[in-house]
Amino acid sequence: MDTAYILQQLLNGLILGAMYALVAIGFSMIYGIVRLINFAHGDIVMIGAFSTLFLMEKAGALSFPVIALVVLVIGSLTGMLIERTSFRPMRGAPQVTGFIASLGVSIMIQNLGILILSAQPRNFSFPSYMQTMIQAGPVSFRVVDLVILVSAVVLMVLLLLLVKKTRLGIAMRATAENLDVARLMGININRTIMATFAVGSGLAGMAGLMWGGKFGQIDPLMGYIPGLKSFVAAVIGGVGSIPGAILGGFILGICEIAFVGFLPPIYASYRDAFVFATLIIILIALPNGLLGKDMEERA
Amino acid sequence: MQRPLKLFLTLIPLLAAAGWLTQTHADEYLLAVVCFAGINMILAVSLNLTNGFTGLFSLGHPAFMAIGGYATALLTFSLDKKPLFLPDLPAWMVPLHLPFFPALLVGGLLAALTAMVLGACVLRLKGHYLAVATMGFLIIVQVLLNNSEAITRGPLGLNGLEDYTNAWWVFGWALVTIYVCWKIKFSSLGRALLAMREDEMAAGALGVNLFYYRNFALTLGAFFAGIAGGLWAHLITAVTPGSFSLIMSFTIVVMVVVGGTGSITGSCLAAIFFTVIVEAFRPLEENFGIYGVGEIVTSLILISILVFRPGGIFGSHEPGVILGSNHTSKSVNPNSQGANP
Repeated sequence: MDTAYILQQLLNGLILGAMYALVAIGFSMIYGIVRLINFAHGDIVMIGAFSTLFLMEKAGALSFPVIALVVLVIGSLTGMLIERTSFRPMRGAPQVTGFIASLGVSIMIQNLGILILSAQPRNFSFPSYMQTMIQAGPVSFRVVDLVILVSAVVLMVLLLLLVKKTRLGIAMRATAENLDVARLMGININRTIMATFAVGSGLAGMAGLMWGGKFGQIDPLMGYIPGLKSFVAAVIGGVGSIPGAILGGFILGICEIAFVGFLPPIYASYRDAFVFATLIIILIALPNGLLGKDMEERA
Repeated sequence: MQRPLKLFLTLIPLLAAAGWLTQTHADEYLLAVVCFAGINMILAVSLNLTNGFTGLFSLGHPAFMAIGGYATALLTFSLDKKPLFLPDLPAWMVPLHLPFFPALLVGGLLAALTAMVLGACVLRLKGHYLAVATMGFLIIVQVLLNNSEAITRGPLGLNGLEDYTNAWWVFGWALVTIYVCWKIKFSSLGRALLAMREDEMAAGALGVNLFYYRNFALTLGAFFAGIAGGLWAHLITAVTPGSFSLIMSFTIVVMVVVGGTGSITGSCLAAIFFTVIVEAFRPLEENFGIYGVGEIVTSLILISILVFRPGGIFGSHEPGVILGSNHTSKSVNPNSQGANP
């Protein structure tokens, strides 16, 4: 096992981690603001991937950045629609109610996907220039990998700026801190929560575009496992914390690749068990994650 | 004699007659649907013990079913076929063979034991964190089943099991489950569980041993899930890891939520209702190639119930018809609206 192999695995881990991180950010933001584990978040990844596929097929003339922008908007709109129809009517109900509802929304989206798109996996390929291999010193990667990593990092920086600097971001943080007091301070709670869903879901849609480009095959149930794993990433970083979600995403991506890449191949099929065992251990041993604030319920 | 007990005793000959009729007169398909409804009743009522009474939101029920199902299937597997089907089976497992009933019990007990160990680890988690941890457990069980090919034949699963399960077995166990859960609900034990659901801190202050009771609820629920798994395996005569999926978990949770978190009557009726719904949509899905309609309708019902009647149809109550008028004053916490705070 030489340095080049280790570096290569590290790069693969970073790319996978970037996608996990993008989805995990949405999980974390939504949990932070309404204390809801949005199970349907993973399915927005699926919607993002299929939107990309159709945009590339039907409107091939569009350049790649335009497609990406449209996918971002589609993701946001889906998130807003889900929030408005399913979660807003039950705001104030116990946390578990929202969780069950999101499970229902998730099953519904998956089955609508099967109904409309059929369960057959479809090939997903970016234009050929995206597939070119690049050899950079000891490691090699495709252009699409570079695009994933760079655009993920750009999106994260933009998001952090949004949350730290803009009025909307301040409103989001205030609402996450204390919803009732934020309302008393004249913050439009409904608009802020909807904006949070829009931002988080837009990122998940982008992650879908990347996921399709990276793995080359998409189907209506593709969002399920990545969604769950991103939730694990959010828990590792501390649910509710955006830097935590980013950190958790990268940690999970690198660990998962390391698990597959450095252990004997016989263990590779246990990777999902490994991820969820990690989840249970972290929930028990470190319930606030690495960067999370104390989330213990206050009476 | 109390009215619920009277009703329960009259229910037995009625069900026996129904069982006899379906067993002798109905065709295979109808019989299977009736058995599925019964198994779903066991699942929903036992999950209600964990999710409804105690407020431990577990998504791991299919995992316990899988443990019970695989254990029962391996124990009843014909000794002649074993070396052929499972050549790599560990030596000590090869001669193991039990008749159906003890095999079911062993399956249930194994599931209960697993639940006890799992509970010791994860039951300090609350609310949806517990839900996510149990879901993680479900996925871990699936991955292990998929990969222990020597024992489970991996994704192929075990097939060609004997079709022991009939309406008698299913409704016998359904009655046992309902009886046990009913007895628990209206005992001091049940009051302790409900008190924990309503306010953990207050229950603890009144001397309810939180950890012990939580683990008890999870373990007993898992026992019945294991039994249901064994029945299920011998009804469809095959077990595959893919059957015990999150979708199944979701379906059982929907039955509990729609029927009413804490209501045994509600769970039973919802189990029957959703079995019929799924079966009613199946021909539609197969004839027109529109798969997934059943699930979409189920999710729509779930979301509407959560929005308009969050406690479920029956809330935490049992209907007055069953309790009788003299009993209503004793019924559990009349103001409680199920999962509401």
